[in-house]
Amino acid sequence: MVTLARRLGALVLTLVVSSFVIFAGMYAAPGDPLTFLIKNPEDRTPDRVAAVRAAYHLDDSFLSQYLSWLKGVLHGDLGTSFVYKQPVADLMTSRLPVTLTLVAMAALLFVVVGVLLGVVSALKRGTTIDASITGVTTFLTSIPNFVVALVLVSVFAVQLRWFDVSGSGEGFGDRLYHLTLPAIALAIGAFAVVSRVTRQTMVEQQSLEHVDVARSFGLARRKIVRRHVLRNSLGPVVTMCGLIIASMLAGTVVIESVFGLNGVGSMLVDSINAHDFPVVQAILLYMVLAYMAVTIVVDLLYPLIDPRTLERSGAA
Amino acid sequence: MTAIGAPVLAAPRKRRDWAFYPCLAILAVAVGAAVLSPWITPYDPTATSFDAIWVPPSPAHWLGTDQLGRDLLSRVVDGARPTLLGSIALLALATALGVLIGLTAAWHRGWIDTLLARITDVMFAFPGLLFVIMIIAVFDSGTVTAVVGMGLAYAPVIAKFTRAIALEELARPYVDSYRLQGAGGFELCLRYVLPNMLPTLLGYLVVLFGDGLMSLATLNFLGFGSQPPSSDWGLMVEESRTGVIQGVLGPALVPGLTIAIVVVATNVVGVRLSDKLAVRR
Repeated sequence: MVTLARRLGALVLTLVVSSFVIFAGMYAAPGDPLTFLIKNPEDRTPDRVAAVRAAYHLDDSFLSQYLSWLKGVLHGDLGTSFVYKQPVADLMTSRLPVTLTLVAMAALLFVVVGVLLGVVSALKRGTTIDASITGVTTFLTSIPNFVVALVLVSVFAVQLRWFDVSGSGEGFGDRLYHLTLPAIALAIGAFAVVSRVTRQTMVEQQSLEHVDVARSFGLARRKIVRRHVLRNSLGPVVTMCGLIIASMLAGTVVIESVFGLNGVGSMLVDSINAHDFPVVQAILLYMVLAYMAVTIVVDLLYPLIDPRTLERSGAA
Repeated sequence: MTAIGAPVLAAPRKRRDWAFYPCLAILAVAVGAAVLSPWITPYDPTATSFDAIWVPPSPAHWLGTDQLGRDLLSRVVDGARPTLLGSIALLALATALGVLIGLTAAWHRGWIDTLLARITDVMFAFPGLLFVIMIIAVFDSGTVTAVVGMGLAYAPVIAKFTRAIALEELARPYVDSYRLQGAGGFELCLRYVLPNMLPTLLGYLVVLFGDGLMSLATLNFLGFGSQPPSSDWGLMVEESRTGVIQGVLGPALVPGLTIAIVVVATNVVGVRLSDKLAVRR
């Protein structure tokens, strides 16, 4: 409980610091927001300028602007987009499902495939299978994911026409179908790390005494692997997977742009190019929050997988 | 994505020994291309030719041409310079900052160490790509912004590594003996400790180089870094996207695979170098 409280405290502190940094960054950005708010110079009458300045609180001091923004954020009001003239919160809620589904699909994919490859190479240690799994996954990691994405588009969407070239799809089933290629592109880079961590911890576990004992009892190999080796290897694997999922939230920026998905990541790119600062602020803050939330969930999961860690921290 | 984090170190080194010299050769070719590019490209890398759009590989154009009829081989060779220089610049900035922070923390310990550790922790809690994107949102896109932003994002990683090896180094007897002879902290760190750490640091930096090259290529692909008509590899991939949709994959594959091959080569060379140079530890 104490650790949880401390983690939450650290979370709040980091969020406050990063919200300040993000807001200050956007505030200090060169260029007058007015030029982005009133595109047509002819519209820039003194009345209009005064109205816009008042509407976006541009005349307040920096600190009071920050505090009113922060107060809004806490009440679910993320400000109004310069470009779309819509509440940022609405834009985010319409875009979030695509991004979260994409990350969930990619996570499922890399966990299943990565752990499977790791188990296979640990059991076949020292063989060509082991070497080729390591070699191929390492090479895949070295290809930038935007190149992987373009190759997937070219082969499966343009040549074979199994998928559409872009778009996020309507409805749940159609969305899953549309997000298949993007999820694969997002997941491929993680295969190597996950399979390597799985292989490494399993190899370490296999040489421990309790495994020898189980083997001497004549337990079936499948049972030994599942109950004694894999179960005890889960800790580091889960931690690694959590870290990868957390960093994938930022990785969606690239993948969503390639596949033309209407997610939060592509919205970040668009709003940076359009100098739509309220949207940029909101997305950056969301990404920091999501990143920290994932790492905390992993920390909370750890004692469930390995109850010994709880005892140890309880004793300390 | 190539989210900045612990760089992916390659698997056991025994099996990879055969790969070291070919990879070194690949890096030599890449550096050679970067140095000699103005003289060795078969065509002008920016010369467009509308009679030769999306030509497949042929004796005239070994790797084919892109959507503006520019020779892909010439562009890839020409792109070696901005791509490698960008990665070197970002790593140089990150190293200068990281080593300074790491060494200071290890030397002073106490509250300075704690403060610097907190700052690097906060940076670690923030995905590197996000940090760079924020810098770009504030200061607008461009090569300098992208390189500086990436350099700042990589500094904590290097600081953490430097601190760890510096603590080990400072515990050695020679440090105490120099201190007894009256060497000041600054002089001691700069003249004796740093050179001793350099080999270990170097291997690590070579591995980070591949990682940095990929991250920078990602920024360029998003259009946040180099601008056309630069033949930076990441930008080349971005410009090839219209071709991909129309069924022409070559212009995307050529720079894309070049990045992959160079990254693999630096990883293999870097891991081998760390093993060899750090033998003393």
